[in-house]
Amino acid sequence: MIDVSQRVKRIVVEHLGVDEAKVTEDASFIDDLGADSLDTVELVMAFEEEFSCEIPDDAAEKILNVKDAIDFIKSQGG
Amino acid sequence: MAKDFRIMAGKRGQIMGVANDRSIAWGIAKAVAEQGAELAFTYMGDALEKRVRLLADQVGSTLVEACDINDDASIDRVFGRIEEIWGNLDFLVHAIAYSDKDELKGKYLDTTRDNFRRTMDISCYSFTSVAKRAAALMKDGGSLLTLTYYGAERVVPHYNVMGVAKAALEASIRYLAVDMGDQGVRVNGLSAGPIKTLAASGIGNFRYILKWNQYNSPLRRNVTLADVGGAGVYLLSDLSTGVTGEVHHVDCGYNIVGMKAIDSPDIAVI
Repeated sequence: MIDVSQRVKRIVVEHLGVDEAKVTEDASFIDDLGADSLDTVELVMAFEEEFSCEIPDDAAEKILNVKDAIDFIKSQGG
Repeated sequence: MAKDFRIMAGKRGQIMGVANDRSIAWGIAKAVAEQGAELAFTYMGDALEKRVRLLADQVGSTLVEACDINDDASIDRVFGRIEEIWGNLDFLVHAIAYSDKDELKGKYLDTTRDNFRRTMDISCYSFTSVAKRAAALMKDGGSLLTLTYYGAERVVPHYNVMGVAKAALEASIRYLAVDMGDQGVRVNGLSAGPIKTLAASGIGNFRYILKWNQYNSPLRRNVTLADVGGAGVYLLSDLSTGVTGEVHHVDCGYNIVGMKAIDSPDIAVI
């Protein structure tokens, strides 16, 4: 089974329609990958669905790049 | 060419309030398009434009217009475009609501005057405002449909001022049904069970509401966009020509239940 990091990256690639090579761990959704504010909400919803977890608003606000997402999901036992 | 026997063939409708492919309005749009309807879409704000255009393209629609629901001139402009391009309109879907998300948690008691006004204006008055303009284009009668939720009828935690606004919206469905009945325009509401949409992400503890409905609705599941789409086809088509002023529940039966199901687990902690 592929790990959390790969699953997060796959979601980001699919949702934002960006080149996989650009989706590095420290790539900022908004600054580096061209996401708008709605994309960030949609990404969080996609992570919640993929990992069957709940990401509360205050945690979601801190998920700004790929690594933030991976760290949060791992902290939930994802 | 062979005659198109699909239920919505030859009908033209305007869809207001699609945000993305999880939107309830999109579920309805897709279902009526599959039944042959021709569609126009409106969006509010630049962030939604690209999303709506992409989806409109999927159902072969090129009529995509910006509409600021707070601005009468903007609404006039959109209906002006519809009149100019189509000349008439057969149906309209209104899936528009707004409230400050900080007031969609905690107590209704703490609602501010400012957010109360804005929530009522955007979530309730906007339907009346578009209904008037749409009806003027419905020369052969038509069907208007808005989206509501059970929180209008009973208290649902966190739904707060939106529940009050939806109650007002449901009352306005009945008044509009009478005002427009003599010209053959029907007005109905679709009360959908909870669906994880972009708008729902603003409602506090939404996951709990979803779980609760899944465990306690007669069908023991949550509704899908296809469930809502199917009911939308019924209410917007000639299948429901005798139906107006109605709020139709598409909620897996949840609204008939008085208490937690016997087999439903205790989900106090999830």
